[in-house]
Amino acid sequence: MVFTPVLSAHWDEPDSFTIDGYTRNRGYEALTKALLMAPDDLIALVKDSGLRGRGGAGFPTGMKWGFIPQGPEGQGAKPHYLVVNADESEPGTCKDTPFMMANPHALVEGVIIASYAIRASHAFIYVRGEIVHVIRRVQEAVQQAYAAGHLGEDIHGSGYALDVVVHAGAGAYICGEETALLDSLEGYRGQPRLRPPFPATHGLYACPTVVNNVESIASVPSIVLGGAQWFASMGTEKSKGYTLYSLSGHVKQPGQYEAPLGVTLRQLLDLTGGMREGRTLKFWTPGGSSTPLLTADHLDVPLDYEGVTAAGSMLGTKALQCFDDTTCVVRAILRWTEFYAHESCGKCTPCREGTYWMVQILERLEGGTATEADIVTLLDTCDNIFGRAFCALADGAVSPIVSGVKYFREEFTQHLTSGGCPFDPVASTVFAGVPA
Amino acid sequence: MTDTSSPVVLGLPETTVVPDGIPALTEHTRVEAREIIARYPRSRSALLPMLHLVQSVQGYVSPAGIALCAEELDLTKAEVAAVATFYTMYRRTPAGTYHVGVCTNTLCAVLGGDAIFATLKEHTGLTHNQTSADGTISLEHLECNAACDYAPVMMVNWEFYDNQTPQSARALVDALQAGNPPAPTRGPSTLVTFKEVSRVLAGFNDGLGQQGPTAGTPTLVGLALANKRGDLAPAYPAPAAAPEMES
Repeated sequence: MVFTPVLSAHWDEPDSFTIDGYTRNRGYEALTKALLMAPDDLIALVKDSGLRGRGGAGFPTGMKWGFIPQGPEGQGAKPHYLVVNADESEPGTCKDTPFMMANPHALVEGVIIASYAIRASHAFIYVRGEIVHVIRRVQEAVQQAYAAGHLGEDIHGSGYALDVVVHAGAGAYICGEETALLDSLEGYRGQPRLRPPFPATHGLYACPTVVNNVESIASVPSIVLGGAQWFASMGTEKSKGYTLYSLSGHVKQPGQYEAPLGVTLRQLLDLTGGMREGRTLKFWTPGGSSTPLLTADHLDVPLDYEGVTAAGSMLGTKALQCFDDTTCVVRAILRWTEFYAHESCGKCTPCREGTYWMVQILERLEGGTATEADIVTLLDTCDNIFGRAFCALADGAVSPIVSGVKYFREEFTQHLTSGGCPFDPVASTVFAGVPA
Repeated sequence: MTDTSSPVVLGLPETTVVPDGIPALTEHTRVEAREIIARYPRSRSALLPMLHLVQSVQGYVSPAGIALCAEELDLTKAEVAAVATFYTMYRRTPAGTYHVGVCTNTLCAVLGGDAIFATLKEHTGLTHNQTSADGTISLEHLECNAACDYAPVMMVNWEFYDNQTPQSARALVDALQAGNPPAPTRGPSTLVTFKEVSRVLAGFNDGLGQQGPTAGTPTLVGLALANKRGDLAPAYPAPAAAPEMES
């Protein structure tokens, strides 16, 4: 089995986003089962399943839940919160958005189970603001869950109470970083916090908080129903379970493919018709633009946390952006760098100033007015940014540059010798060859 | 006791003048702002949705809107303005009835977003973050909008218009200017205005979520391929023993 649809199994049913559609397919059964379990047993179950965070970092979800202080003393005595990171904004990443549009109830059910496990009575779903139809569907799913008795007071007669608020963001990539998200949710500018303390002890309102990605939380009901062994029967030794891979770019069939962790890009391309006609794969990202670029030499890398790390990149969000041989890598990297400069929150000097200067250098490189020394300066700048900021945005910003120069240095040089970009941007569009 | 007869006013200068054509914020706006505040354990968490609420009335975050948020949350206007200016969705000038966005992050740009944005700039005479004189449309280039499998992507009022070309983008903008907007690719049956959408972002659901498709084709290709191949996830194990039901 190359594909293992679980989250996506019923997306092709016309009412999959409604509570009726979800309930027909065993929706909210896991909640009934979970509420009969001790919260600590649920945490153990998720730990045993091997589920790791699907938002990019791959931190074990059950362990995160286990870090929440419990009991009547100290931080444990404060209110606990669950915050769902639905601020999907990493370039190339497009899995949580169609997921919430097609099946928001799986997220809501996961939220209730996770909140019960960590003993939270208030949960927030922070959805990026620019996807309003998704926000409607999540809002309506929450309303329907209240009406069905899955939310509110005394859920399913268990005595457990939970309120869920759907919170729309307002356009800031940085709010996908969990501590920036918390600041944003508190009504501040979304700027990352220095850690420690971690959100597990001092998160929302300085209270114990779990921040989880949409896909991580939505995977929980299936683990409750199928068990840890069932979940771990998919995937690889240290990267368990199924996940959504998002294929995009110059491929014949872009889209969402749900498969066990460890599938390869070659498998996915072979089964989906590959790159567009007459073109070859030049470079790709395994998990968004913040994960170092890979090339056609990496087609057989297992797309799990360990495999992609061993290949010098990161699994990230499994956003497989594929670019063919018509694409100028310098142009691609310049645009990503402009993105990071725009989205840098400004808190840390190396990131704020460094991304600005990298854009200037890359503009000169793309325009053919740079010198070889500029490439060295660019890499020096990357060296001075990496690891020198509060959050991973800065590290992400240098990823495409360092990897791009590593694999395509001659293309950078070619821009210098030919006095500009040797590529025709029209050739790389989807409407190339179509008369205007 | 502190003398409060002539308090020091911090933040932006008082602005009571509402520009021509911009509706004033009313007592009703305040009532709804307090509804938002009541959703949260701490009041300041309501600030982002309250700024969306201001935009739902005025089409942008006006000085009066900043003052309203500050008063309701007991913040200074400077504190509110500092937040409002951080987030790109909050506008400092009125958006058009239809706010048009073109994704020009790398993937969409390469696949045609750059050409689409250039076409629309030329076609409308607008540049990034400008609104047409008649207030019908505003134009913006966007960062990645999480629809890369539908590239090149455009958004109108934050609804998806997938798989665009320069020609389709021109036709879309013409239809918007003629007051005859086509339905979004994945969204409600009828496109609603920027202000109406801002109400949803403020947390006031408009019931339109039940409209529109479950998903577009790229969202479903993986499932369709799995079905065609007969690929399935392993079945859930059967429960060990069903608990005895009391009769």
